[in-house]
Amino acid sequence: MRFRAKIVDLACLNHFSRIINTIAKLAKTCILRLTVCKLYFILSDKIANGGASMWCELSQGNFFDEFQMEGIAAEHNEIYLELVPENLSRALKTAQSAKAVKIKLTNKHCPCLRVAVELPSLSSSSRIVTHDIPVGVIPRRMWNDFREPSVPDFDVSIYLPVLKTMKSVVERMKNLSNFIVIEANLSGEMNLKIETDLVSVTTHFKDLGNPPWASEDGCQNSTQGRDLENMAEACIDIKKLQQLLAGQQVNPTKALCNIVRKRIVHFILLHEEVSLQYFIPAIA
Amino acid sequence: LSRIGDELYLEPTKSGLSLRAVNSSRSAFASFLFAPLFFQLYEPGSAGPDTELFRCKVHMKSFLGIFRSLPSLEKSVGKCLILLKPRASRLVLQLHCKYGVTKTHNLAFQECEQLQAVFDTRCCASRLCAPARVLAEAVVHFPLTLAEVTLGTGPGGKISLRNYVEDEAEPSKTMVTELWLAEDEFQSVAVAPGSHITFCLKEFRGLLSFAEASNLPLTIHFDEPGRPVIFTLDDTVLEVHLVLATLSDLESSSQSPSTNGVSHLPAPSDDFADDLESYMVAMETNEGGSEGPPSPTFPLRTPQPAESEPEEEEEEEEGAVPGTPPHKKFRSLFFGSVMTPGRPGLATTQEVLAEDSDGE
Repeated sequence: MRFRAKIVDLACLNHFSRIINTIAKLAKTCILRLTVCKLYFILSDKIANGGASMWCELSQGNFFDEFQMEGIAAEHNEIYLELVPENLSRALKTAQSAKAVKIKLTNKHCPCLRVAVELPSLSSSSRIVTHDIPVGVIPRRMWNDFREPSVPDFDVSIYLPVLKTMKSVVERMKNLSNFIVIEANLSGEMNLKIETDLVSVTTHFKDLGNPPWASEDGCQNSTQGRDLENMAEACIDIKKLQQLLAGQQVNPTKALCNIVRKRIVHFILLHEEVSLQYFIPAIA
Repeated sequence: LSRIGDELYLEPTKSGLSLRAVNSSRSAFASFLFAPLFFQLYEPGSAGPDTELFRCKVHMKSFLGIFRSLPSLEKSVGKCLILLKPRASRLVLQLHCKYGVTKTHNLAFQECEQLQAVFDTRCCASRLCAPARVLAEAVVHFPLTLAEVTLGTGPGGKISLRNYVEDEAEPSKTMVTELWLAEDEFQSVAVAPGSHITFCLKEFRGLLSFAEASNLPLTIHFDEPGRPVIFTLDDTVLEVHLVLATLSDLESSSQSPSTNGVSHLPAPSDDFADDLESYMVAMETNEGGSEGPPSPTFPLRTPQPAESEPEEEEEEEEGAVPGTPPHKKFRSLFFGSVMTPGRPGLATTQEVLAEDSDGE
């Protein structure tokens, strides 16, 4: 089992760091899955996470100048590691002016991801900073726990409003309530609602647009048979939503959510080189 | 100075005004000596044949409060007068500002003994001098919450900085960051090969920002683990010393220095902490008794018996204030004899210059 990778381009490094920062905001511990072409950051829906789960996928070619991976076995050419993304975030934070960043899987006293940052210096040799991030190697038999979640059979799918706006609304609501209701319909309308004993606040968004989803039988998710005004709602933990929105440092190319009435809200944030899916279960 | 202690000691001397501070666990001491030339007028007062120059200490916060907003002070204040009025028990700070406004602050002070740490840069085997900027750039890679850092020497003359992982922390869960600096980044390097010391980062960062702001090179004098590390800044009108206790490791005397390029701190033995605890019990005036009797391997050499008045228990909980090292780990080297395990002889050359200046 081997892994080595190198980033030389500062823009790629910057972009990669921002993705790690986003992941670090969403999960205290997560799984890093390495394949020949892609990296995945996975959080499975355990009770410890409050039932939320995450699937983030990026193509290594968009970030790394060198990427060599040898999985656990020839027919299972993948590596699954458990790590604390905050550590990786911290290691990359001060690397923003680096000449090169190398990441390597090592096993000196315990398995670690060694991040070696080569920094420019006024002296003849560069400054090297190494960060040894402890990781846990996930055995093959547990890999099934971390499969890609399927898109739920949703009632409504809608594009999200401008994330910055949504974030500031949710942040203020967070001061008033622990839960927030997201509801949306197929006419591009979304409401964010909180209700407490003293106050209830609703923010209305309209003209958001609904993404077209092709269904298996070839025709669009039949909007004809459905009441376009009918709202599908789910009540979720407001902190989870706030974390998701706060972690977004760059505006995604596409941002949408799928609501399964009273069950789960599935957020999809797409950037050019990375896709992030976040599932927040509804509170009963 | 406020990053070190809560009280500011003012000691006028013939060679200038010395401002000093010490932390509650007596593991960090700093002094800033302003030469008479720094001031427009400097009158330390007169010392008689039996009396010394008057000294006092004031609350750090009270003193700092007067200089709260530097940018506006720079614009409005023309002169600052500092006057000690012993009979009125007041330290007077008078700011002469624009438009005829004079702000007079009267601070209550307490008389005190001389606050002097026991250290001598000439006794240090190793010395490094670097521009403050280089060290500041090095330290930035470590999180602000990091308590202790290990400075070490490696092959090829490289100098390393590494975060110190406490023995209680699980090694398989803690991230380790290590930075290597080449010899030519320093202005001068004179180090004993394979040497390393571990000290607290918080107080060092404080000095570093001062050094960066004043654009002065910083010199680091150190010796073996357990002996204090001394940071100095020198200028024509200012002399700064910061003395920090370093983590002692019991096995360093028996182990040969590691030469594999990575300066590993050998894991301290299990009763390391206990020995320090009992040592601290002996040195500090806290006779709590919960830490056990002094270990027989550390005979006390203090000329004066420890004052019986118990000090207040440290307000900081271990780990709650990452900057100040938990006192059981760091030795108070300054206000009593210096003990190093296996080398009791060294202690006899150090004498106690000052008692606990908190004696009331």
